[in-house]
Amino acid sequence: MAAAAGRSPGSRLGVHLAVLFFVAVWTVPTLGILVSSLRDKDQIAASGWWTALATSARNDVGRLPASEAQTERDGRFVIAGNLLEEGDSRRIVAFGTRVQEPTKYEAGDNAELGDGETLRIDEDGSFEHMSPRPFEGARGQRVYFQATTPPRFTTENYETVLFSEGIGRSFINSLTVTIPATIIPILIAAFAAYALAWMRFPGRAILIAVVIGLLVVPLQMALIPLLKLYNGVGAFFGVPAKTYLGIWLAHTGFGLPFAIYLLRSYIADLPKEIIESARIDGASDFEIFVKIVLPLSFPVLASFAIFQFLWVWNDLLVAMVFLGSGANQLVLTGKLNALLGSHGGNWEILTTSAFVSIIVPLFVFFSLQRYFVRGLLAGSVKGG
Amino acid sequence: MTGQILSAILTVVLGVAGCVAYFWGANRLLDLIFPARGVKGATAIDNLRRQGMIRPWLFLGPALLVLTIYLIYPVFETLRLSFMDRSGQNFVGLANYQWAGSDREFRQAIFNNLLWLAVVPAACTFLGLVIAVLTDRIWWGAIAKSLIFMPLAISFVGASVIWKFIYEYRGAGQTQIGALNAIVQYFGGTPQVWISTPFWNNFLLMAILIWIQTGFAMVILSAALRGIPDETIEAATIDGANGFQIFWKIMVPQIWGTIAVVWTTITILVLKVFDIVLTMTNGQWNTMVLANLMFDWMFRGGGDFGRGATIAIVIMLAVVPIMIWNIRSATRESGGH
Repeated sequence: MAAAAGRSPGSRLGVHLAVLFFVAVWTVPTLGILVSSLRDKDQIAASGWWTALATSARNDVGRLPASEAQTERDGRFVIAGNLLEEGDSRRIVAFGTRVQEPTKYEAGDNAELGDGETLRIDEDGSFEHMSPRPFEGARGQRVYFQATTPPRFTTENYETVLFSEGIGRSFINSLTVTIPATIIPILIAAFAAYALAWMRFPGRAILIAVVIGLLVVPLQMALIPLLKLYNGVGAFFGVPAKTYLGIWLAHTGFGLPFAIYLLRSYIADLPKEIIESARIDGASDFEIFVKIVLPLSFPVLASFAIFQFLWVWNDLLVAMVFLGSGANQLVLTGKLNALLGSHGGNWEILTTSAFVSIIVPLFVFFSLQRYFVRGLLAGSVKGG
Repeated sequence: MTGQILSAILTVVLGVAGCVAYFWGANRLLDLIFPARGVKGATAIDNLRRQGMIRPWLFLGPALLVLTIYLIYPVFETLRLSFMDRSGQNFVGLANYQWAGSDREFRQAIFNNLLWLAVVPAACTFLGLVIAVLTDRIWWGAIAKSLIFMPLAISFVGASVIWKFIYEYRGAGQTQIGALNAIVQYFGGTPQVWISTPFWNNFLLMAILIWIQTGFAMVILSAALRGIPDETIEAATIDGANGFQIFWKIMVPQIWGTIAVVWTTITILVLKVFDIVLTMTNGQWNTMVLANLMFDWMFRGGGDFGRGATIAIVIMLAVVPIMIWNIRSATRESGGH
């Protein structure tokens, strides 16, 4: 590769720019929901998330006080005050008195409203409405204005989704599904992988071929028979068909071919001398497995654990078929899917919920990337 | 809720303890029934032989049991059900397959799946290869790769929310909060309701899967590229080959095997694509694919197991050639070793 890299500075710059472009396309979408989840919900609906740091402008409408608030000054009648309440951080940019022209005058201008009436609204919202004749009527003048809001970031959205939208509960449900479904297959697969790697027995080659074949069997093939089986077992024993135990076992079954395949290819590559010399010393297969193979296989066990964790945490289909949709069983992916249906336009809820659901896999991914990549390479480059 | 967490932890403990107890106990039992130590020579050899015959099956037992219940039995059961009616009780011959051949929705799903198959594996592999080559040449390549790899950790549902936000539509003249329409508007175009524009919306859904899977292709192809001997590239450079020639004529041919693996892996993933379509459109606006159609039939009107199973079989048939190829190349490899 080094040879191909020695090129003109121009093409080197091109490479940097191209990679920068790819990195942007692959990270900015995620950044978008992170930024949005921290924004004020009105601002999310009013402006693109990429303007989060800029002030946003919105049109609003208000009403000046009625005629009893007027005072007389130098022979003119005046109503003064402030359109914005105390603590309002908005700044007024423009105003108008007709809905067709809500931004006719700039803030600070003295607007001529006809018949000698004038209205001035300043940036901070203070106004002065003057007329040569006394104001009349119980309702004050209606004004339209455009105000800018400084950027506002908040954790409110997180409080909302975690505690009142049920994302917190779903988070617990996801953990409940994921942890046993990650750990149970490891031991089962490790013993099987050792047998397939280091024990001689008739039918071994066929079993390895079967495992490799099962690697690619689509999940769809298993859904209907297992649904029938679970319903049958549930009816027979008088227990619910959709239980956590059911989904733990289902994920164990679906993860097992990859687990056996990955662990076997690693365990088979362990140095023959270590295992042979242990055999000569009289160690049984069980002892060899527990005392030698298992400790040496730690990296591949970690790889598989990460894969299985991510796969189970991110799964939607298996959870939809084998778990109920009640609050006590709905996992994060299922909840997110339900929210897309019920809160389709509420982006503050969707982006925040989505970020909560991806934060755990992202953390696992970034902290254990080394094992993840190693597993990926072992799982696909070899044998395939 | 705490009860739920406790039961999960309890399951982990019980499950692990149960596994350990089974493996340890079964092996112990075998040693007791056919003792190899403390007996006469001939018996000891006999017993060792018997142990050697039985012990592998003790190791394999739980795995084989789970695989049989959760994968092997369902394959045959699904095949059987595809010849049965909606309840799975009465034999209907090929009626379900005839239905599939004439059903408009099924044809739409097949067409879309073929479209996905034509675009996604090729796009992922190509982009992955290009990014792998480019990032290998710059000092911050590792960071770049790590970031491009990141979406692989994100669920399809999470990614769908991310991209649905990008495709979000607001009426013309309003401030667009979806990035795609904002870009379109910035360049003077008219904002579109992207998701419900038939045919082209398929490509928007594919973009999500490509976004997720390119990192996978990149990592594996990058490792393969590292394995190319430097001499071959140096020799080509001396012979005056330019960058493109080196890429297409020297590097790509040497990693054909890996490209095939990446391609087939993503192909299988594409055949099963479900979450993205469910969350983005639920198959509306002509975006239906086989896996979603199958899910629909599993539950539609109380569920039609016959038609559902038939669609599953169609997906399976598409996988079979890859399965055979995998088994063949794996046996060839272990034969040589």
